[in-house]
Amino acid sequence: MKLMLSLLASAVISTSVWAENIAIIGGKVHTMTQLGTMEKATILIKDGKIAQIDRDLRVPDNYRKIDASGKVITPGFVGALTTLGLVEVSMSAGVVDSSVKKAGVTKTGAALDVSYALNPDSSLVKISRVEGITSAATAISSVDTLFYGQGAVMSLGDDPLLKAHAFMKVDVGSDGAEGEGGSRAALWVALETALEEAASVEGKLNAQDDWHGMNSRADVAALKKVLSGKMPLFMQADRAADIRQVIAFKKRHPDIKVVLVHGVEAWRVAKQLAANNIPVIIDPEFNLPGGFDQLGATLANAARLEKAGVMVAIGMDTHNIRLAAQHAGNAVANGLSHEAGLASLTSAPAKILGMQDTIGSISQGKRADIVIWSGDPLEVTQAAEQVFVNGEPIKMESRQTKLRDRYLSSQKASHSQPTQYLRP
Amino acid sequence: MQRIPSRFGVAVACVFSLAVVGCSTTSKKEQQPSDTKVTIQPNPYPSTYTPIDGQPTVITNVTILTGTGEKIENGAIYFADGKVAALGTDIDKPADAVVIDGKGKWVTPGIIDTHSHLGVYPNPSTRSHSDGNEMVNPVTAGVWAEHAVWPQDPGFGRALAGGVTSMQILPGSANLFGGRSVVLKNVPNRTMQDMKFPDAPHGLKMACGENPKRVYGEKGGPMTRMGNVAGYRQAWSDAQNYIIQWERYEREFEKGKNPKPPKRDLKLETLAGVLKGDILVHMHCYRADEMTVMMDVMKEFDYKIGTFHHAVEAYKIADKLKENNVCSAMWADWWGFKMEAYDGIRENIPLVHQAGACAIVHSDSDLGIQRLNQEAAKAWSDGRRAGIDISQADAWQWLSANPAKALGIYDQTGSLEVGKNADIVLWSGDPFSTYTQAEKVYVDGGLAYDRAKPEHWPVSDFELGQVGEGDEK
Repeated sequence: MKLMLSLLASAVISTSVWAENIAIIGGKVHTMTQLGTMEKATILIKDGKIAQIDRDLRVPDNYRKIDASGKVITPGFVGALTTLGLVEVSMSAGVVDSSVKKAGVTKTGAALDVSYALNPDSSLVKISRVEGITSAATAISSVDTLFYGQGAVMSLGDDPLLKAHAFMKVDVGSDGAEGEGGSRAALWVALETALEEAASVEGKLNAQDDWHGMNSRADVAALKKVLSGKMPLFMQADRAADIRQVIAFKKRHPDIKVVLVHGVEAWRVAKQLAANNIPVIIDPEFNLPGGFDQLGATLANAARLEKAGVMVAIGMDTHNIRLAAQHAGNAVANGLSHEAGLASLTSAPAKILGMQDTIGSISQGKRADIVIWSGDPLEVTQAAEQVFVNGEPIKMESRQTKLRDRYLSSQKASHSQPTQYLRP
Repeated sequence: MQRIPSRFGVAVACVFSLAVVGCSTTSKKEQQPSDTKVTIQPNPYPSTYTPIDGQPTVITNVTILTGTGEKIENGAIYFADGKVAALGTDIDKPADAVVIDGKGKWVTPGIIDTHSHLGVYPNPSTRSHSDGNEMVNPVTAGVWAEHAVWPQDPGFGRALAGGVTSMQILPGSANLFGGRSVVLKNVPNRTMQDMKFPDAPHGLKMACGENPKRVYGEKGGPMTRMGNVAGYRQAWSDAQNYIIQWERYEREFEKGKNPKPPKRDLKLETLAGVLKGDILVHMHCYRADEMTVMMDVMKEFDYKIGTFHHAVEAYKIADKLKENNVCSAMWADWWGFKMEAYDGIRENIPLVHQAGACAIVHSDSDLGIQRLNQEAAKAWSDGRRAGIDISQADAWQWLSANPAKALGIYDQTGSLEVGKNADIVLWSGDPFSTYTQAEKVYVDGGLAYDRAKPEHWPVSDFELGQVGEGDEK
């Protein structure tokens, strides 16, 4: 079967077409839809999609049955903001595509496009997906420009690109100000001017058009997608005053889909964020005044945002995006509801990324990215036991599990032999 | 340095001038007849720590992890006068003790973090506060972390809420020899001395691998791991020579030869302290092959490496670590941020433990230090899934007993045993759960943190009058 699949893959036929039908039976399913949590439910997976979910479903004959009794099932987790697929080793180890220094094609950074850079063979992909991360927003994290370019949504399966030009990021806090003359007084004018310039261009700029803008031609094209609301704008800010500016920005540009990122003091303006329908992506464990923008840092951030009605997504890491569940768990330990904790890892990031019809929940027609857990996924002692990406049960194996198995057997071996001859 | 009167007479004239430069050691003048012997003051920055007043307290009906590998179900612990007075299932307790019903709750020894930079890389992490790496020379064994600890770092209070009762503050890892560490009691106060763990030995921070290479590669070296090792060896050799000079001085002094004392060298003084066994080596080292080379350097120069820190590949050489009696202080799951961290695996800690080597959970992080119990829980459960069956009671040794041994304070803390310091955490439940929190934290029997009493939470000077003052953190 394996051989056949690889032959078919080489013939450019999607393997999922040939995937087997699977019925996952008996688990406690957090659907992340209005159906809530279903005990002892059956999920039918066909052609890579969820065909049906219900209690007491009759399983058709041509489905392989997987018993998940006593297990917990969730949608595959969605990394809310990562650099997955763009980095192998962060430092002193070759090109890191999530870091862009100088690039002639862009002036403001808006044009940068990570969809060209995604590498599904990065070891991080398998290391993260065996722990339940099946997709992720991925973007540039270091630039010399105003914008961090266009991020993508990536699958942690074989076929990485789920959505190109999925969002644009800009930092409107201290780090952003550092890059624009060292002051917010310059930063915000730069941001408004860049957008205004893009808005003033009718249609598409052609190569022969005379153009001397603060944006490059490619930047203008990218910003137009932000202005029309096609591409959400992730605005990074921590201090309450900056977040109020983000809210004022949203009021000035009602068509732009604004998402607040990092938001250490977001709880202080939670009501206004909710009123203006601005979701946030946070690291809920961040509770120290790392700088004067973060004096209000508290573990209660997520809980207070939820209480005010703000949508919260959790999961800002890359090598350890697998720890997003622990982050959410700690938010729950500090007052976030368990349901919102799970949503912060699934439906919330899917909605923020405009991918709610594809990922982030278990319901008919969704991509079958599903995780069977040993127990509550927010508990540090529980783990993913089987992960499905696009309907296929993945091999629960990574470089790390292989290293583990090699040295486990080396420790058990009665006589020592050179470890490089040990196959896990 | 100070002069002490010799057995032949009393002379104190030079004491104060010596504190400035050392009159006899640097003077080119003709030598005075010396009737005093020059010695080094071993404890020039003494601890002024005073415990918080405690009340005799009994916690009953509680699950106790003693930290020595034992678990007591439905037990009780009694502490008074700063010490553990009794623990077990049936203990005598005086009538006047405060009684806390621990039903459904757990008690453990306080967590000890052997790898923290609180105070030297404090919050706010501004450049003006960045005091952890003396990045001007690969060998700065003469600098001491305690001279840079800012006790107003709000991180101390946050760590306390996570059950951390003691910690080692280390210099950073930019240098081959980064300087001396200091062990603190986690009772946030005005000065470093107010927090200093009385009589804890000094540590020496050393670093392997990428960091020194990267920092000095274009600043005169070392540029390679070869250069790193040459740097350690030369320094140890210089320290051996330094010891010989002082020994010769002392010998000649005893013979009444009126010798000139050697010029004091703070860098070599620290290294000599290691060679004499007074200072414990804490070495930042990731790769298995490098740690093994370092254990040979250790034998070559006859010193002891107490702990490899980070030790991301310790699992590959757990047998050798055991054989050489070197601890590994590790994260549960950090990996990949640089090449030497590329082979990190989740089962590192349990694999080291299973081999019979000393395993420690450390943080190296102002966030991680707040939930080290969760780091242990992850390693514990990952180990079990891989077939390494360690009890929770044994696993708690990674958090208290083993770190205490590595810091040379196990005679005082790190386990719950009668007569030891009452450094105790009362947890809301099983501390191997994400949802469990420290409810009360006692240091030397004094209640240093009480989750239920916001008015009793420590608030650093920095946070007074600022946004979020006194808020739940």
